[in-house]
Amino acid sequence: MNGWLRAPEARRGLDLHPGAWWLWALGLATAASRTTNPLLLMLLCAVAGYVVAARRTNAPWARSYTVFLKLGLVVLVIRLFFAFFLGSPVPGSHVLVTMPEVPLPDWAQGVRVGGRVTAEGLMFALYDGMKLATLLICVGAANALANPARLLKSLPGALYEAGVAVVVAMTFAPNLVADVRRLRAARRLRGRADKGLRSVLQVGLPVLEGALERSVALAAAMDARGYGRSAEVPRAVRRMTALLTLGGLLGVCAGSYALLSVQGAEYGLPVLLAGAVLALAGLRLGGRRAVRTRYRPELWGVRAWLTAASGAAAGVVMVAAGGAFPEALHPPAVPLTAPELPLWPAAGLLIGLLPAFAAPVPGAGARPATNPAPGPGPGPAPPPARAPARPPAGSASSPVPEEPAK
Amino acid sequence: MIRFDQVSVRYDGPAGATPGEDVHAPQLALREVDLEIPEGELCLLVGPSGVGKSTLLGTVSGLVPHFTGGTLHGRVTVAGRDTRTHKPRELADVVGTVGQDPLAHFVTDTVEDELAYGMESLGLPPATMRRRVEETLDLLGLNDLRDRPIATLSGGQQQRVAIGSVLTPHPRVLVLDEPTSALDPGAAEEVLAVLQRLVHDLGTTVLMAEHRLERVVHYADQVLLLPEPGAPARLGDPADLMAVSPVQPPVVALGRLAGWSPLPLSVRDARRRAGPLRDRLADVSGDGARGTGPRPAVTPGVEEADAPAASATGGDAHGERELHDGTGPLARLRARVRSRPPHTARPSAEDGTAATPTAQIRGLTLRRGDITALHGVDLALRPGETIALMGRNGAGKSTLLGTLMGVHAPTAGTVTVGGAERLTPSRTHPRQLLRHAGLVPQEPRDLLYADTVAGECAAADTDAGAEPGTCRGLVAALLPGVADGMHPRDLSEGQRLALALAVILTARPELILLDEPTRGLDYAAKSRLVGILRTLAGERHSIVLATHDVELAAEVADRVVILAQGETVADGPVAEVVTSSPAFAPQVAKILAPARWLTVPQVRSALGAPDAQGAPE
Repeated sequence: MNGWLRAPEARRGLDLHPGAWWLWALGLATAASRTTNPLLLMLLCAVAGYVVAARRTNAPWARSYTVFLKLGLVVLVIRLFFAFFLGSPVPGSHVLVTMPEVPLPDWAQGVRVGGRVTAEGLMFALYDGMKLATLLICVGAANALANPARLLKSLPGALYEAGVAVVVAMTFAPNLVADVRRLRAARRLRGRADKGLRSVLQVGLPVLEGALERSVALAAAMDARGYGRSAEVPRAVRRMTALLTLGGLLGVCAGSYALLSVQGAEYGLPVLLAGAVLALAGLRLGGRRAVRTRYRPELWGVRAWLTAASGAAAGVVMVAAGGAFPEALHPPAVPLTAPELPLWPAAGLLIGLLPAFAAPVPGAGARPATNPAPGPGPGPAPPPARAPARPPAGSASSPVPEEPAK
Repeated sequence: MIRFDQVSVRYDGPAGATPGEDVHAPQLALREVDLEIPEGELCLLVGPSGVGKSTLLGTVSGLVPHFTGGTLHGRVTVAGRDTRTHKPRELADVVGTVGQDPLAHFVTDTVEDELAYGMESLGLPPATMRRRVEETLDLLGLNDLRDRPIATLSGGQQQRVAIGSVLTPHPRVLVLDEPTSALDPGAAEEVLAVLQRLVHDLGTTVLMAEHRLERVVHYADQVLLLPEPGAPARLGDPADLMAVSPVQPPVVALGRLAGWSPLPLSVRDARRRAGPLRDRLADVSGDGARGTGPRPAVTPGVEEADAPAASATGGDAHGERELHDGTGPLARLRARVRSRPPHTARPSAEDGTAATPTAQIRGLTLRRGDITALHGVDLALRPGETIALMGRNGAGKSTLLGTLMGVHAPTAGTVTVGGAERLTPSRTHPRQLLRHAGLVPQEPRDLLYADTVAGECAAADTDAGAEPGTCRGLVAALLPGVADGMHPRDLSEGQRLALALAVILTARPELILLDEPTRGLDYAAKSRLVGILRTLAGERHSIVLATHDVELAAEVADRVVILAQGETVADGPVAEVVTSSPAFAPQVAKILAPARWLTVPQVRSALGAPDAQGAPE
């Protein structure tokens, strides 16, 4: 690997723009929403998991990835549970078990509790659940890779105040947890039990009092440091700002809904783009009120372009493949057949791996491993001594425990 | 630079929505302050608790009255701007304010962002911001920490970041409320060195309130003295005002005792004049003898020890008289803790050093996650012994106290409390443990849940299974004149500490632990605490104090244990340990070295001087 091809070590200013991670993840999520092929979905999870494993830091938000993995599993299990006990609309001939059916009155027509459980029904539920789980895992990947505070910092000036509120809330949550812990320990000093639910409930009031006091102190500190200084803006401009922003956001919502749903993809994109343009104009106008400047804003460099483009490419490939290979992307549950791996859509998904090589490597102090030795250098091979919580690298990484039927 | 024109501040309502120490002040929190602080001075605001120090500081930044409410009479102008017409945010470019708790000050999550925050609000150009952040990182020695999350920094580092974060907009005035109270001596020096550098190099005007005068008074160019609530404020030369101040550091107390004039404010000045005093002391008592033994004033008579302590540190003469006639609060306290049930007054506990230790720690190691908080600590606490636990922030002092209370279970080694009963705290039910050990945490408020003092006392009696009225009696002894209906939140720091201590003492534990008890206490409150602790030790309680306050350690402790990185690095009689380390030596020891005198009361009793010396005229 040539020196200039090697990803640089990340530090302030060289870090990837957090927005790039989100665009990448949204691209993967779009891809996931376009298929129910379990092989493709597993490949997608593997791609996301590998990139997370290669580029995440030891920051608190980076540890949330496992939470999203578990959440995905829960979604899958719930979906299967419903299919098992409440039946499935999919007709099938391979009966696995027959549950005693609960007789229901006439008005509950169409609802069934118990009855035959078919392999086809379960398979359909599995595919469907996997799609949802993969979507969650893609969001989780963005969450683990992008620094939320930095993301909020890159919000336009008009949204700055909302951003500060979120940042303050995020720093408050850990303080609150620490307060609860400290006060529960203090209960022990009074000779009361410090374990159990009751002890948590009884410290609730003091904790809230403490949080309130801290917020007042913080408000005073922020005021004394110049928070809320603003410039005068004519009334008409303010009205226009509100109108543009609101209209734009509605457009963005409608557009993204259309894009993600099966029908309406053709007018989804234009609506989304128009909405985005309107919203941006509104925000830009609103930014006139703020006198603030920005310290070392996030830079959108080549590596950010590559990352965002790789996610988008994966999404585009799947959207295109939806037209070319409809059966391969949506393997039928009836009749029961083993799903095939369509080669070129799979190859398209692999483009999503690009950030694992292109994104800057987290600095030595910010890597998840606690070993003091300097990192193994850039490159895809993660050292074996890293944190055990992360999924194993490469294709072995899959959040789906069940082996799909072949 | 800062001009006060006939400034009075009045809060509405008796409780007063005031921050910090002013809860006890009458409605009029500040009265006709009329003076001017010149540019480029380090001005120290001195006064006992409740005289309106925080209010005065608040008027400079405009937080009083814009943020706290209340009515401001007169006019405060800072760099020509009137605070009546300028809100705090419009003063942000001339005044930088750092409150008592740096954690409540931070808006962002990393050091570099925090330094830039104020400049961003003011709308400075990005290139300027970048340059100033780099300069400030160097000025405060924070460059290695620039990317660190603020939550992971130590107390001293956080305080430096807080100061840096208000420095970057280049304010002409810096207002600091107790910047070194929560810090260990080393970190405090670090912060003060930075402040001095700002005054010298940048010409910043610094106005700072601090209870721990022994740390700061020699840095001050001017002292602004608020002698008592309602009394006129005085601004002047530190040595002149210290001579009349009701609060004074040991170096000043010693100077007054010896009659030095002008008063020395730093250890160095005092040492230059101390020659004759050293000779006199050497004559009075065989110096070699007192150097090795424990302090003479501790055990024999508590009265003798109490009285000079109270007066030397500016305690009220009235409290002193109470001690002598045997009906004062401490005498009542002694009576209350003496009538202990048989299980604590075991015969074995009566015979001195051979007694069973109250608590025993052997080979204690405690790991939390991958952090080793304590490693191989051995400690035995004997009845009647007072131990000061010292060491820098994060050395494991609080963890060690927590382990004695069973908050943390040891990873290796054994911890037992309850003397011969040898209970393991982490496996003992809190209700039972309470009768053997009690801890007053760093923030005494954590212990108080009820909304009145009476309610708190009733709850404490129930918790401890004591007779109703036990806790109230203790409160009456520790805190004479506190009404039943008061809210614990409205008490001053010192009163809250006493209430928490009373709550703990209700169960009559033989082991008493205090975590950083003198934080936020003025000298009068501190000398009351010293009296209480000596009384308790005289009644054969074992006391462990985790503290940064070297003067407190010198005054009450028999033994000092110094922790570093969770290990014991020194353990021995207070005179030996404390005098052998410059960081932990009290001022008197530094002045009178090599003789091992630790406190002003010791010197006073050796000289046989009258007590009246301490009272200001």
